[in-house]
This record gives sequence, structure tokens and C-alpha cells, in this order.
Amino acid sequence: MLRRTLLSAVGAAAAMLALSGVAMAQETVKIGLILPMTGPFASTGRQIEAAAKLYMQQKGDTVAGKKIQLIVKDDTGTADVTKRLAQELIVNDKIAVMAGFGLTPLALAPAPLATQAKVPEVVMAAATSTITEASPFIVRTSFTLPQATVPMADWAAQNGLKKVATLVSDYGPGIDAEKAFTAAFTAKGGQVENLRVPLANPDFSPFLQKVADAKPDALFVFVPSGIGAQFMKQFVERGLDKSGIKLIGPGDVTDDDLLNNMGDVALGAITTQHYSADHDSAENKAFVEAFKKANNGMRPNFMAVGGYDGMHLIYEGLKKTNGEGGQALVDAMKGMSWTSPRGPVSIDPQTRDIVQNIYVRKVERKNGELYNVEFATIPNVKDPVKAAKSN
Amino acid sequence: MLTILFDGIAYGMLLFVLACGLAVTLGLMNFVNLAHGAFAMAGGYVTAVLMNRFGVPFLLTLPLAFAVPAVIGLVLERTLYKQLYARSHLDQVLFSIGLVFMAVAAVDYTMGSQQQMIQIPTWLQGRVEILGIQVGLYRSFIIAVCGVLVVALQFVLTRTRFGSRLRAAVDDPRVARGLGINVSVIFATTFAVGSGLAGLGGALGAEILGLDPTFPLKFMIYFLIVVTVGGTTSITGPFVASLLLGIADVAGKYYVPSLGAFVIYTLMIVVLVLRPQGLFARAR
Repeated sequence: MLRRTLLSAVGAAAAMLALSGVAMAQETVKIGLILPMTGPFASTGRQIEAAAKLYMQQKGDTVAGKKIQLIVKDDTGTADVTKRLAQELIVNDKIAVMAGFGLTPLALAPAPLATQAKVPEVVMAAATSTITEASPFIVRTSFTLPQATVPMADWAAQNGLKKVATLVSDYGPGIDAEKAFTAAFTAKGGQVENLRVPLANPDFSPFLQKVADAKPDALFVFVPSGIGAQFMKQFVERGLDKSGIKLIGPGDVTDDDLLNNMGDVALGAITTQHYSADHDSAENKAFVEAFKKANNGMRPNFMAVGGYDGMHLIYEGLKKTNGEGGQALVDAMKGMSWTSPRGPVSIDPQTRDIVQNIYVRKVERKNGELYNVEFATIPNVKDPVKAAKSN
Repeated sequence: MLTILFDGIAYGMLLFVLACGLAVTLGLMNFVNLAHGAFAMAGGYVTAVLMNRFGVPFLLTLPLAFAVPAVIGLVLERTLYKQLYARSHLDQVLFSIGLVFMAVAAVDYTMGSQQQMIQIPTWLQGRVEILGIQVGLYRSFIIAVCGVLVVALQFVLTRTRFGSRLRAAVDDPRVARGLGINVSVIFATTFAVGSGLAGLGGALGAEILGLDPTFPLKFMIYFLIVVTVGGTTSITGPFVASLLLGIADVAGKYYVPSLGAFVIYTLMIVVLVLRPQGLFARAR
């Protein structure tokens, strides 16, 4: 009996080997998508995975005569797991491209692997400016925080705000946002007071009280999107909205995924970012509708559009190289431009970072739902940090 | 200044409701229950689900946010915790941290990982001015509810037959049993009430602290600080400790924002160096 099971097991293994041999012969191009699918940042993972799958469903799974296979891995938002998964995907699965990367440390961890193995790394979410400098194989389709922040400072200065308090979570992107805003706003003659909040901070009340006492014209805020709702509630609870302090910031605080559940406390917040589900274009209307249909009514946010465009970039790159990965693929991606649901975008050939329009938006109620309604556009914004370095 | 004090008290009160159940199990029953936060999370989710899916008013969800975790606590106590009372503290820690991870994964799977939002009724929103102090209505509500709870708990523990039986059962279970006290029923009830209080704390705190599946892990450290600083033999110890930590945390973050995150840890170290057994505990 035991012998028979053993035999059949061996037989099954052999059959599987043979099968995988056939699959190899058909020339598959594998894309490793590493995302936080569980843990506190799972909403990022969900959005990007949904967008990537939607793209493949719309555009088919064959590019340049080769079959595209998407392998999704969950890194739980922990950098060492990301690195291990990247290594497994590169060595065992022989992926042509890796993509995803929900947070800055998660994007930085596999960078040395990308360089060594010459595997392009498409960053679909993480937003610290320096990421693309970590490896010549990193290309980004999300945004950088300074890219979204500097236009906010310009807008604030143009609209007569003189004194602004900043409140950011005390970690990489938060400090990036604080520095970018402070530098740009003081250069225009504004006055800034900086406050940093610990990342694990259950109660904003002391910080908000400090803001209330300082009586600035506006409060610039950056907190990771999950905490945004809590922050908004406490901002209104403390009556800061009524005392005439405007709430401004990069769009993370009014994330489309959560905005509608925040309720009226979010109304009137002014943010700058590269994507709103309300963006008025034919491409975006089609994208939002298809995304909602495929995902049980979930609204796409800026993470989803990063994932969608990331897939587009990989597809178009592979078309150019005829399915070849490595250095050729990165070169093909450089300088590529297309019309995304967020508007016209391109990949800067020097920095491999995305160049895109930044929109100034205000939270309004539209057809019964809350949306970031765009009212001004700053066209073709490059990452200001790297632009300043190259000058 | 007084507003800061007020916010600190509200925050401290919230910490107390969240942590007092742990003070009871850890201090009175000598059981290290790191899964305490999971019961708080259960209460928070009961409120969030009832309000968002079934439209139950906020106040009506609060008794349920107490009852559901209490029943869960009772069932777990009878089936699982009971087996571990006599085991070493390490076993208890490993067991209860395992429960935490299971709770986190289960909630993540069923409810999703996003923040749960609740809309508190309009009459609890906003703030009023009393004697020149700006006071948040919801925070006043928390202080009121928690104040009543503190008095009630203290009364039950010191003035009722149940309280004296509980203290007897804790001091020496064998003798208590010999005197005809049903120790296991008392422990089960106490555990259930402790879990229920945690649930109530989770429901009250959802508005201020937020609510997502990692809640038990995020706040475990705060519960433990409250219990270690307060000492574990009474209700007053953790109560004073909660207030102290709440006020120190809020004031620290207000006056020295750059060091704000460290204030409560510094306070904990100072207290433990001076009084290793906690603020109000008798030396062992």
C-alpha cells in the first residue's frame, strides 16, 4: 500500500515536471508582484493587485507573442520579507520584472538584488524621493512626496496664506513632505512652524491644541492614509475648522479609498496630488467604472492608478524589447510617455522617475459621495528634489 | 493649560477602562493575559458593525460592546485559560500572544484591514466652553462614563460579598475553596467582566484611537505600562497610573513635542526604579 502511494507520488511529480517543461517552452514572461496584502498596509496591496489584474484582463495576457504570468506575493509590509521574496522570485521563478512595493523600506530592500540580477524594479506605490537612486534598475510609476508637496506650497503662497503650521508623521515620507513644504513656502516669504508626530500615536489632541494656540492661517498635514480619518475627526472635534484654519496637504490624508467613509469632517480640505477618482477625462471614467465593477464597488485610489500604470509601462516596455527583460527593458521604459487615467505622464530618462500633472483639489460632496474635486492643474511636474540636484 | 489637563484626563480614563480588566486578571488572578487587547478590539468591532451595517444608535451599541466580549471571554476562560492558571508565566505569555495573532488574522480576514469608522451622534460632537476652558463633548462623555465605572468597580471590590470572596480567592485559593467559596465560578465571572470592560473601552476608544485589526498589538504596550506602573493589587493603582500617564503623555507632547513620544516610557522607568512593585502595591 505504502509502496503504491509512493509510486503514484513519484509519478505525479514527474508529470508536473514535464508540464512545467512544456510551459517553459511556450516562453512565459513572469512578473513578480510583491505587495503588502495583509497587515496595516493591506489596503495598498489590495488596490494595486486589483488594478494590475484589471489591466491584464483588459489588455490580454500575451505581449510580443509571449505569455505574461503575474505572480503575487505578500510581504506583510516587512522589508526583510520583501527582500527574501524578491530573491526567491528572481532565483527560482526567473521573473523578468518585479513590481509593487507598498512602502519606502519595502522598495529599498530589494534594490541591491535588482542591480545584481539586472531585473527591473517597477515601484508602484512607495513615494520617498531617493528610491530611484538606490538602483539603476528602479523605475517609478507612483509619485514622490516632494512632487505633490511643492505645488501645495506654491498654491498656499499664491492664495494669501502667510503662516502655516506643518504636522507630519515622524518617518521618511513625512519628513520629506515637511522639508519640501517648508523650503518652498519660506522661499516665497511664508512663515512655517514644524510639528512632528510619532508614527505610533493614538491621540492627536496635544499636537492639535498646539496648532490651535499658534493660530496659523492653515495646517499642512501629512499622515499615512489609514490614520487620515482619525486625524480629520480630531481636527474638527477641536473646532479648528471653525476657527478659520484651513486644512491643506498632499493627498494622502484624503485617500479616495477612505474619503467617503470619513463623513462631512473632510469637507473643504485642500490637497495636491496626482490622482483623484473624480479626474475629468474619458480614460479615467472608463478606468473607475471598470475598477468598481471588477472589485465590488471599491473606488480606485492613487495606489491603484500607480499599479495600473506600472503594468502599462511593463507591457509597453516588453513590446519594445520583444519580451526581453534586463537592461534592455529598463532602457525601453526610459522616456516612455502615455495618457494615464490621471492625465498625461512620462518617465524621466535621467532619473527613471515619473513626470506628471499635479492637481489642486478640494473635498466636495458630489452625487451624494465625497470626492477630491480638482480645480487647478500644475502641468508636467518633475520630482523637485532630484531636479534641484541635477541643476 | 487646563484644556491640556482635560484632554489628558480623558485619555487617561480611556486607558483605564481598556486596561483595568488586565489589572484584574494579571494582578488579582496572577495570569499574564497579553490577549487583553483582542477583547477590546472585539468590543470596538461590535460597535462599528452594529452602527455601520445595522444602523443601531451609538449608545445602544455600548452595552453590547460590553456583553459580546464578556461572553467570548467567559467561553475562552472555561475552555482554554482555565488550563493555564497553574502553568508558568512563559506558557501563559506564549499562549495569549498566540491568541492575539489569531484574533488579528481572523479580523483581517472577515472585516478587512482598513480602519473602521464610526459616526458618533451629533450631540456628542464639537466642544463647549466651561469656565473659560474649551472642552470636547465626546471627551467629557468618556470621563463621565469612566468615572461611574471606577466608582462602581471600587464599590464592588471593597464593599460587596462578591468582592471579598474574590479577594479571598486570590489571596489563597486553597483556603478559600475550603471555606466553601466556589473559586472557579468567581474567576470565570471576573475574567468575563474584565473582558467586557476591555470591549467597552475599545468601543469608546474607536472614535479617538481608531480601530483596525492590529489594535491589540498597537495598544498592548500601553496596557502593560498602566498595569506595571499602577501595581496590580487594587483598582486605585491602575486608575491613578492611567491618569498620570494620560496627562503626562498629552502634556509632554504639547510642551516638548520633539520628546513627546518618550515621556510615558521615562515616567514608567522612573516609577519602576523608585517603586518596583508599582505605585500602590504592597511590597512582596
